[in-house]
Amino acid sequence: MRRLLPHPLLSVVLAGLWLLLVNQVSAGHVVLGALLGWLIPLATARFWPEQTRIRHPLALLRYLGILIIDIVRGSFHVAHLILRNPVRLRPSFVPVPLALKTDLAISLLANTISLTPGTVSTRLSTDRRTLIVHTLDTGDADALIAEIKQRYEAPLRQIFEEGSE
Amino acid sequence: MTPLIDILLSLLILTGATFTFIGSLGLARLRDFYTRLHGPTKATTLGVGCLLIASAVFFSVRDEGASLHEVLVTLFLFITAPVSAHLLAKAALHLKVPSLAPTPPPDSDKPSNSAD
Repeated sequence: MRRLLPHPLLSVVLAGLWLLLVNQVSAGHVVLGALLGWLIPLATARFWPEQTRIRHPLALLRYLGILIIDIVRGSFHVAHLILRNPVRLRPSFVPVPLALKTDLAISLLANTISLTPGTVSTRLSTDRRTLIVHTLDTGDADALIAEIKQRYEAPLRQIFEEGSE
Repeated sequence: MTPLIDILLSLLILTGATFTFIGSLGLARLRDFYTRLHGPTKATTLGVGCLLIASAVFFSVRDEGASLHEVLVTLFLFITAPVSAHLLAKAALHLKVPSLAPTPPPDSDKPSNSAD
């Protein structure tokens, strides 16, 4: 089973993507999508050494909701900062200690940070314990770290890692 | 097409255009490489997102059936924009591009297979 269908989730996502790409749902395309969803993970299995398991689908949905709200919020915030006098910005690099361990969760956190208010993730330390984040305008670095950990890292941890370590 | 949808579409397109413009304006107004990364990753993403929603609504109303290509474009955009920003920032740190903020101490340079 593991060898024939290494990543069931990825297969479903790929089949769904295929149907979106052709923009129609017909029997032929469902079969073709299923075939692609089966063959692509098989061919690329060596790129995905770890099995991803979503432990809390509902938490994932809530996370996506928070993410969308924060992207909108972040865009307004950055637009405001750009239009205001840029000389008054206080940019800084803030090291954020990570509690996440799996690759996927860390990548998602880094992406989230880049999409949300005034922060871009810039570098993951070699030991993968710290993510260096560039902020556009920081008053309080500790508050920022606390917000990232509580708002994004905790849910990601719950979704992908709870009970696995 | 009803006037209501026309108004909705115009609003979406105007909002999208405004955000895209502000994001690009950031490139000119902000003062160092790292702060300039912020405009395109966020404001422009939302701007293009608005334009894509407008496009999806327009084609869904005009033609039969929902137009879902735009969902894909949005999805890919939201996945790739932060990744490219991250790579640019990482490369800039590596090349020691001048920064307004004090840069973090360089990571240990020993080769590591976990670097990505």
